[in-house]
Amino acid sequence: MEDREEKERGVMAEQRGEEGESEATKENSTKGKEENGVDMKAEEEEEKQQKQQEEEDEEERGMSKQVEVTMEVSERVPGLTAGVIRGADLFGYVGIEAVLDQMRRKTMKAGFEFNIMVVGQSGLGKSTLVNTLFKSKVSRKSCTPNYEEKISKTVKLQSVSHVIEEKGVKMKLTVIDTPGFGDQINNENCWEPIVKYVNEQYEKYLKEELHVNRKRRIPDTRVHCCIYFLPATGHWLRPIDIEFMKRLGKIVSIVPVIAKADTLTIEERLEFKQRIRQDLAANGIRVYPQKEYDEDAEDRIVNDRIRESIPFAVVGTDKEHQVNGNKVLGRKTKWGIIEVENAAHCEFANLRDLLIRSHLQDLKDVTHNIHYETYRVRRLNESNMNFSELELSIRNSIEFLRKTL
Amino acid sequence: NTATTKEHREKEYVGFATLPNQVHRKSVKKGFDFTLMVAGESGLGKSTLVNSLFLTDLHKDRKLLNAEERISQTVEITKHTVDIEEKGVKLKLTIVDTPGFGDAVNNTECWRPITDYIDQQFEQYFRDESGLNRKNIQDNRVHCCLYFIPPFGHGLRPVDIEFMKALQDKVNVVPLISKADCLMPSEIKKLKERLREEIDKYGIKIYQFPDCDSDEDEEFKQQDRELKESTPFAVIGSNTVVEARGQRVRGRLYPWGIVEVENQSHCDFVKLRTMLIRTHMHDLKDITCDCHYENYRAQCIQTMTSKMNADKRVESPIPILPLSTPDVETEKLIKMKDEELRRMQQMLQKMQQQMHEQDL
Repeated sequence: MEDREEKERGVMAEQRGEEGESEATKENSTKGKEENGVDMKAEEEEEKQQKQQEEEDEEERGMSKQVEVTMEVSERVPGLTAGVIRGADLFGYVGIEAVLDQMRRKTMKAGFEFNIMVVGQSGLGKSTLVNTLFKSKVSRKSCTPNYEEKISKTVKLQSVSHVIEEKGVKMKLTVIDTPGFGDQINNENCWEPIVKYVNEQYEKYLKEELHVNRKRRIPDTRVHCCIYFLPATGHWLRPIDIEFMKRLGKIVSIVPVIAKADTLTIEERLEFKQRIRQDLAANGIRVYPQKEYDEDAEDRIVNDRIRESIPFAVVGTDKEHQVNGNKVLGRKTKWGIIEVENAAHCEFANLRDLLIRSHLQDLKDVTHNIHYETYRVRRLNESNMNFSELELSIRNSIEFLRKTL
Repeated sequence: NTATTKEHREKEYVGFATLPNQVHRKSVKKGFDFTLMVAGESGLGKSTLVNSLFLTDLHKDRKLLNAEERISQTVEITKHTVDIEEKGVKLKLTIVDTPGFGDAVNNTECWRPITDYIDQQFEQYFRDESGLNRKNIQDNRVHCCLYFIPPFGHGLRPVDIEFMKALQDKVNVVPLISKADCLMPSEIKKLKERLREEIDKYGIKIYQFPDCDSDEDEEFKQQDRELKESTPFAVIGSNTVVEARGQRVRGRLYPWGIVEVENQSHCDFVKLRTMLIRTHMHDLKDITCDCHYENYRAQCIQTMTSKMNADKRVESPIPILPLSTPDVETEKLIKMKDEELRRMQQMLQKMQQQMHEQDL
């Protein structure tokens, strides 16, 4: 554990680079899809600034962490003297910071993978929300030619993959849909196919990792994030919600959202959220971002703010309307236009920022470092037990033979 | 002259045209009663809608259960009775609520407590009706069941179909699209069409508005047509009063606008209220009495008689008592008397003939 922690707290940039390499893949059959250019310019500026700020922060953090690590190492290993030379003390420009550029270039070439699962009853707007999040038609609804809005009798998971590109950065996005969940009269164990699927993806990755000749970039089909759609009843969590989140919260990062939230007034929304949070705490359900995985005080502050406002109340749409001379995504009713990206109307923007702009990499990290490792340890222990039994039986037979001989 | 014509008219005038007024006066004195059931999953706005319909606040002290209590919840039946008076007319309104319906993970036969309740009310009425003292029979039969369909789906869900089919022969089922403020006008239209299609397809017998008489005026007919075409009603309810367009109205305040419950372009609440209270309340009661209750009663009697027949077949058949045969002596006497009677009849006939001939 300590080694892992050190690694994580160590030079973050380096680690990020490694991660990028192991997760990106070059698939043979990728459907190249261009991004819709909707209000790209404004976003570009924002993102540029954000990225610059992030880089600077990272640099500083990297430097200070470096100091910590070397100190610890020198403490533990007697005889090893480690000194620290700060950037200001260097005689000239060495170029260490250029590693960040190299890393960025490599990841841009390799691209990212992101697998998102959507779970919820039929009609809660899952497909529309995913399309709105990624501003392109990535959901199963938009891609399957024979898509029918019928309620299926069993839960069958279906996934659709697309490669989206933005400013030279490519992302292979896979949306895993779960039609039939919670739609029947008897929904007992309707979460089992989903649990099975998640574990299967971990198993696939594990097998690949244990191979003698393993691929440079293991294809990552593990579910990085599961968005769970709660109907906007305004009352409390239903038994099916509790059962699902209890079971899946242990193996995947769940992000609950209140779907079709345009039926709740602001007060109702706040009350509902509070009750949901109480319910989650009462049942020991941990949703993303989990408190235990906060790495440092800074993370904790940011994540605490997020934890105080989950679940996000979202409204999704793919239709645009004119509001005050601007084109906005919204739903037009007889009493007004609900603007999806307006923070005063709904929390879609918060969800999008969480999932894509700020915590996308973190979601992948948590999946890889925590959920996957938990699965791996469990599996290896299981096989270890078998192995040790075998060992024991071999030893016994050797003893027996020795006695008889 | 006017006095005589008036007198004349009064002589021809019988006066039973005042019967409706007499009935009206008596009903006002007696008051009406109406039992309305609301069914549907939690959180669809049932209580809010009932409060909006009858301008009451029936659920002031509602306690929300915590998570553990909810997991083991079964379907309950709760009753609230309230007396409402308007312009001298009294209405005893009973609202039957069905908390817990459709909320569990396994909702198999979750409508059973509801159908049992309705049957119980029929049974009680049946017994009262067949009893000796029928003066003060309390009519607790359910006159109408509002079924709340969530606006989130794409049509009828399995639980909706099963519920409505289980209740269609016992009570007037009126399906509603609840929380309609999360739907755009185009979505409402599509959903209504879809629901009507599916209700037809699955043969669900919901409450049908009676056709208006052919002698009604065009405006009334138009209204009736509009009413029929906008079913199932898409409703919104509210417990709060907000300020809109300079007036204080029942509504919901959102950051993007104000939804007015009584605005016909916002939702069908007014149509529902008109139908339920102002125009079709009596029809709902009639159909409950004449149709659903009679079905229940006939079924009940049939099962009772078939039970009796079944019981009969089990026991030995009732022995047919033989008629006592008269003894030989009495038979002789009867024969003699018969003969005497015949002889006397013949003599009478002869005498009659003779008299007839003498007259001629």
